[in-house]
Amino acid sequence: MNFQLTKEQEFVRKMVREFAINEVEPIAAEIDVEHRFPVETVEKMAKYGLLGVPFPKEYGGAGGDQISYAITVEELSRVCGSTGVICSAHTSLCGWPIYNWGTEEQKQKYLPDVFSGRKLGAFGLTEPNAGTDAAGQQTKAVDMGDHWLINGAKVFITNGGYADLFVVMAMTDKSKGTKGGISAFIIEKEDEGFSIGKTEDKMGICASSTTELIMVNCKIPKDRIMGKVGDGFKIAMSTLDGGRIGIASQALGIAQGAFDATVTYMKSRKQFGKKLSQMQALQFDIAEMRTRIEASRLLIYKAADMKEKHLPYGPYSAMAKLYAAETAMYVTTKAVQLHGGYGYTKDYPVERMMRDAKITEIYEGTSEVQKIVIAASVFGK
Amino acid sequence: MALKIIVCAKQVPDTNEIKIDPIKKTLIREGVPSILNHDDSNALEEALKIKDIYPDTYITVVTMGPPQAKDMLIECMAKGADAGVLASDRALGGSDTWATSNALAAAIQKIGDFDIIFAGRQAIDGDTAQVGPQIAEKLNIPQVTYVEEFELDKNMKDITVKRALEDGYEIIKLQTPCMLTTIKELNVPRYMSISGIFDSCKKDIPTWGAKELNVDVEKEVGLDASPTNVYRSFTPAGKGKGIMIEADSEREAAQMLLINLKSKHVI
Repeated sequence: MNFQLTKEQEFVRKMVREFAINEVEPIAAEIDVEHRFPVETVEKMAKYGLLGVPFPKEYGGAGGDQISYAITVEELSRVCGSTGVICSAHTSLCGWPIYNWGTEEQKQKYLPDVFSGRKLGAFGLTEPNAGTDAAGQQTKAVDMGDHWLINGAKVFITNGGYADLFVVMAMTDKSKGTKGGISAFIIEKEDEGFSIGKTEDKMGICASSTTELIMVNCKIPKDRIMGKVGDGFKIAMSTLDGGRIGIASQALGIAQGAFDATVTYMKSRKQFGKKLSQMQALQFDIAEMRTRIEASRLLIYKAADMKEKHLPYGPYSAMAKLYAAETAMYVTTKAVQLHGGYGYTKDYPVERMMRDAKITEIYEGTSEVQKIVIAASVFGK
Repeated sequence: MALKIIVCAKQVPDTNEIKIDPIKKTLIREGVPSILNHDDSNALEEALKIKDIYPDTYITVVTMGPPQAKDMLIECMAKGADAGVLASDRALGGSDTWATSNALAAAIQKIGDFDIIFAGRQAIDGDTAQVGPQIAEKLNIPQVTYVEEFELDKNMKDITVKRALEDGYEIIKLQTPCMLTTIKELNVPRYMSISGIFDSCKKDIPTWGAKELNVDVEKEVGLDASPTNVYRSFTPAGKGKGIMIEADSEREAAQMLLINLKSKHVI
């Protein structure tokens, strides 16, 4: 047992924190208000290797590990939850499934562009009538002999409007449902019959792009299927297991950012002749916030370390996400409260952080779904 | 012909976090993060910009300091430098600028051929701006200090620099090999890259002591060989509180200010 970060991981934190403070924080409030996807930040993240952290160099990755990746998303999210999820969705939901499930040809073709950030990635599972209940997929892929023909629509796709590559699930055999009826495909944004639909107007993470994907007689080559026909559900579930580490890290970062802002505020804000930081009732809030943040961090690093070591980490990433997301909501709500009226205004970042925190309890599996996953690890499915 | 560049860098306490011991009047180093000296990061950046254009350029960063200065060398390599060298030895401790430049000049001679040496103008802890120029003198090469613009000719030999002065600038042409000391106006330093971090942590960083540097521990380096010593350091007493003038109107306030200044014979 060793709770020390490695030298590499320490340097990753130092680097991403400097990057986040100089490049991300100054525009975080502005891109939130304008609902503007920060294309310039994505380019900078690409330049410094932030979009391929936990992948080997032979495919163009940075050669890092899963904890370094968690730290990267945490530090970005500490100042901007939108920027954190851009990195997380790209890395966990597009980079990872291609790396883990793709053929050697697919890996050679796509990964250098994905890991270097030349191409941004997204993932399409959710449909209007199939969120958690993936078996309700209505998007269909039909084998036309020399190509696949895909018809259907996906919703709530993170990075949708700016991604170049999409890992998309579609039903190939309705009768088999989640037991071999779903397949995973790589779709390029230029593919015939593929388009981006409505962009969602969201409560938080307003600078991230959340869109519909529309496939009308979308024609893609035969070699775009990932794994075998019918592997889709397995691919999607294993991808989400890893994605939860990214979202848990996003939640952790948001919580840490709100915590840090609150500590600074409490040291300067005076009421009744003393600083808020000198009032014991409020100190107790800070103690509770800090403890939950630290507990979240330990759960996340444990899940990430298990993934790194190829141990069965599914329930652990679910516990990490469940706890970190609830912590993000708890901490940001307290942070707003401790800021008083100022916390409710856009003059202070905690208002944005509280709106950003809420989504972490919902996407990549709601907190309820995490509990299903965790309970299944206890009682069996 | 591949260029060989040497960058002189120093690990310094982060001045944003600095505290002075109120009794001993010395820096409290415990708990204060160490950073790459600001001007030195500009020196490294200019070398890296050359390497961006000529990728076979080989950059060696050299520093003198305690063993933990290796972390700063890792940071420099994670930004793109090829190698780092640490001059570290108890016998080098307490060196003033003269002794430090002896050690660094010896380290540079041991590294071997070079075309350009970039060094930061000065370190934020000592603020002397002497070490770079002294190294140049000891290596017997031309030097330009306070470089704010740099241009290397395609012949890889001729250099044109703009040298900042207090009230203007000079344009100076010189040839390699040479020493240039850099200021922050020269460039914007890059970050480490993630892949650079994982590569550089694996690299071996040679540590050279007085023996490897072939310097005389009695006459050239260390506290005893240093011709200058810190006699005393102190924290200047804070200035007294200013006088706040309160008046009903701006006009009245201005009058009161004038009376005050005149009574003190300031105007």
